[in-house]
Amino acid sequence: METYYDPADLKKFGQISEFQKELADKFFSYYGSVFAEGALTAREKSLIALAVAHTVQCAYCIDAYTNDTLEKGCTEEQMMEAVHVAAAIRSGSTLVHSVQMMNKVKQVSM
Amino acid sequence: MKSLKASGHQLASAAAQIELLEQQAETRQRPTFRNQLESIDLFPLRPTGIDVLQINVGKMCNQVCKHCHVDAGPDRKEIMTRETMQQCIDVLAQTNIPVVDLTGGAPEMNPNFRWFVEEIKKLGRHVIVRCNLTIIVANPKYNDLPDFFRQHQIEVVSSLPFYNADKTDRQRGQGVFQDSIKALHMLNAVGYGQPDTGLVLNLVYNPAGAFMPGSQVSLEQQFKRVLLSEFGIVFNSLFAITNIPVSRYLDYLVASGNYDSYMEKLVNAFNPTAAAGVMCRNMISVGWDGQLYDCDFNQMLDLTVRVPGRHISEFDADALMQRAIIVNEHCYGCTAGAGSSCGGTTA
Repeated sequence: METYYDPADLKKFGQISEFQKELADKFFSYYGSVFAEGALTAREKSLIALAVAHTVQCAYCIDAYTNDTLEKGCTEEQMMEAVHVAAAIRSGSTLVHSVQMMNKVKQVSM
Repeated sequence: MKSLKASGHQLASAAAQIELLEQQAETRQRPTFRNQLESIDLFPLRPTGIDVLQINVGKMCNQVCKHCHVDAGPDRKEIMTRETMQQCIDVLAQTNIPVVDLTGGAPEMNPNFRWFVEEIKKLGRHVIVRCNLTIIVANPKYNDLPDFFRQHQIEVVSSLPFYNADKTDRQRGQGVFQDSIKALHMLNAVGYGQPDTGLVLNLVYNPAGAFMPGSQVSLEQQFKRVLLSEFGIVFNSLFAITNIPVSRYLDYLVASGNYDSYMEKLVNAFNPTAAAGVMCRNMISVGWDGQLYDCDFNQMLDLTVRVPGRHISEFDADALMQRAIIVNEHCYGCTAGAGSSCGGTTA
């Protein structure tokens, strides 16, 4: 079945350097540094990445960071809680804008 | 759950497993393991010593784990005889191999297990027992195993695939986690894993699925934190081991549709440093019937050592040191990422 998202494309991520090597190299170097052990553990960063992957709805990232969190010894419960954090922020960010809606309603209403 | 052998499964045959592994490399046009070793001047793979004699004293086990590369279980009757054990002791007496690593199945189920341990200890060798933990609580006759281990200063290496019941029981069977915790408390109670006792208790983590283990250091920290805070359990080290595509794990990979992607992952993660440090370079594996192998995985694939004397009764250390170690596609499991051995990561 042909789809826009081909799981095999995830493995070709490195090939983005084919069209612009310098910027790709800078990106991958940055990416590597971001996910290295730091003030946050690599495991914590992987859970954040999994949550963000759901927020930006990146199918490739969800596959990659599901695998990565499993490899780093996360439980399914921890993984789902991370996704709920993303979902809560996403719904909260929608709902907090309702204040603007309410302000406007009040401004234009008698 | 039955063993592959008892259920008449095609992959119970070593030849069928090898055929599948080789076919996969060919159809996917991936470099063979031999090609990889050639590319880093490691082929033929040669021994660096014989530091460990790993002895599989039988395939009988009280558990039937989904990933077991031995295809062990209660329905497996292959067991090492006392005569073969004596031949192993004779070899130890004639050599200076410092470490004896006893495995199975559940090695403690061999009726001559305790006698064997005592005889090896008389020779002053370090003994490791691969204990599945639940055997300690499976039957009253095994309840004193922690005392027996302590009395003989045995290093205990125990599988615990995860620090919660869910993942552990999925891989090793319902109730295994709870029984493992009980057994760990019993080991801790006699001093295992406790500071300053010298009684070493190491745990083995291996992924409960078709993925590779992450950082051993990080996993050890997690295991130590959770097992101490939730169960009051202490242990020395965690060995993170990659599942090798052999026997029941190979069957799992095929049946779950993960075979191709798992093999690809292992091949892509080939690490030359790990390849140089594979465990088959400093050990000899003895099968329940006394046959000699380069490692426990080659043993399960019926790949006996490539020397004229292939039985423990014909043990020739000089000839074994000159041999070419047999490799095949399953060896990618020991050389992926941080590497994998019976003692954890190698790179």
